[in-house]
Amino acid sequence: MSILLSVSISKRFWRVWQRNFTVYQKIWKISFIPPLFEPLFYLLAFGIGLGALVGKISYHGAPVSYIAFLAPALIAVNIMNNAFFENTYASFVRMYHQKTFDAMLATPLSIDEIITGEIIWGATKSVIATAIMLTVISLFGLIHYPSGLLILPLAFLGGIAFGAIGMYFTGITPTIDMFNLPIFLFVTPMFLFSGTFFPAENLPAWAQAMALIFPLTHLVTLVRALSLGSITAHLLWSVMYLVIFCLVFFPIALIKMRRRLIK
Amino acid sequence: MILIFINPRILLSDYYQDTDIYCRMKKKFGDLAAVDGINFHVNAGECFGILGPNGAGKTTTVRMVYGFSPKTAGTLKVFGLDIEKDWRSIKSRIGVCQQENSLDPDLSVEQNLLVFARYFNIPPGRAREKAQQLLQFISLDNRRGAKVTALSGGMTRRMILARPLINDPELLILDEPTTGLDPQARHQLWQRLEELKTGGLTVLLTTHYMDEASRLCDRLVIMHQGKILVEGKPADLIREHVGHNVIEVDDPAENLRAFVNSQNLECEDLGHRLIIYGQGRDDLFHEIGDRFCTGGCILRMATLEDVFLKLTGRELKE
Repeated sequence: MSILLSVSISKRFWRVWQRNFTVYQKIWKISFIPPLFEPLFYLLAFGIGLGALVGKISYHGAPVSYIAFLAPALIAVNIMNNAFFENTYASFVRMYHQKTFDAMLATPLSIDEIITGEIIWGATKSVIATAIMLTVISLFGLIHYPSGLLILPLAFLGGIAFGAIGMYFTGITPTIDMFNLPIFLFVTPMFLFSGTFFPAENLPAWAQAMALIFPLTHLVTLVRALSLGSITAHLLWSVMYLVIFCLVFFPIALIKMRRRLIK
Repeated sequence: MILIFINPRILLSDYYQDTDIYCRMKKKFGDLAAVDGINFHVNAGECFGILGPNGAGKTTTVRMVYGFSPKTAGTLKVFGLDIEKDWRSIKSRIGVCQQENSLDPDLSVEQNLLVFARYFNIPPGRAREKAQQLLQFISLDNRRGAKVTALSGGMTRRMILARPLINDPELLILDEPTTGLDPQARHQLWQRLEELKTGGLTVLLTTHYMDEASRLCDRLVIMHQGKILVEGKPADLIREHVGHNVIEVDDPAENLRAFVNSQNLECEDLGHRLIIYGQGRDDLFHEIGDRFCTGGCILRMATLEDVFLKLTGRELKE
């Protein structure tokens, strides 16, 4: 039982990260394509197509083009998706179908190290995807520098937040098909209502308050502020929210995965 | 339910210093006792077998030994260390072949070994050297770049055997290593295991193949329903429980049954077949053959399988 009660994380969790990185190196050419083209498609469809209808949007009292408003939100959504899908579907396949975690548990790795390595890896994928997207979007002159560079460490923080909650779902979902549920009830509403496609201020007051619970709302707020170079002290609240979200869901993910893996 | 174990830890401390595994433990899943108070030790350099039908608790036992499952009660020492406290140093000194194939399908044959070596913090240079050695050992050095999913069943099993050897373990734990293999692949694997044994490796093996146990194990236990029924050397167990020979009679006549009863012979009556345990009476076969047999009647050497079936029964276990 002592294994259950005490957290055992040494720097050996990097070995788990390295394993995933080794696999990534084999398929990186394919992994590069979505973050390269997805923003292009979105910017084309929504930014140029829809943007013509929308015109300018008011951001902190100043008008910005719809495409400049939307682009940072696409980065935030990608941070969420990369970590969340890595630590749900991909981690579940490694845990359940490939028995990768079982094999690791016969080595000097602890469960906590395996899960930590997985979550840090999910966040790493968020950072890689963000770096690619940032490059593409910067070519359109939509990112303000140097503040835009802070989006990379922010992608890591956001990646841990969404990876941790993804890992929590992996800890409790009975079959891989059941991930539809958290995606339908958690990811999709966030994708639509976190101030991504329209300012959250357009929502009725109660919905605005609800949107503030979504971690994506805070991530969008931060990426947008850094992209448009309008940094205020107010942003610290969103950083704090994300940090607290990590501090809550990371241990919960560890506990749920221990329950699942220790037989 | 309260589980009480007499645990003469102080008296035993000297004793389990010399053993690779000292085990006296219990495991419950809810109300079900999967391992219901077992007691065994494995000496350094020996091959120790855990035999039993499916569901006997073999896998649960070895999982506790290598720290995958926590025990519910009791004492378990590996290399004289406590698995709950010193799990990391114990795990770095053992190798485990799990029952299910847990090779990494995302990686090539060689990468499987190299990535595994990293889990043990083995430096890359040494890992490459060792991987090369192991691939030669299992005759897969010409397939180093292949995907593990492209390997045949026998090759996969050989890989599963090679991977836990990457850290030069002192103790190798094998959970049903040859299940589902063809005879050629089994014999190849046994040969490799015998080579490892000769090299002084301690082996803990679970199996439900009796020929495998007879060939490989120095000592073994037979488990049934979470308990150990017997312990000993394979040859001793056969002699003790079955004798040298077994007589099998097809469609036995009634007067044979009467004869067996009158002579107080140990036997098993399966209806169409009567199995008589010789218990050292060499003349018995001729007597029975001459007096009672019209059809099939054979005399054969007693095997571990006879002991196993006699002790665990012939009906399906699950």
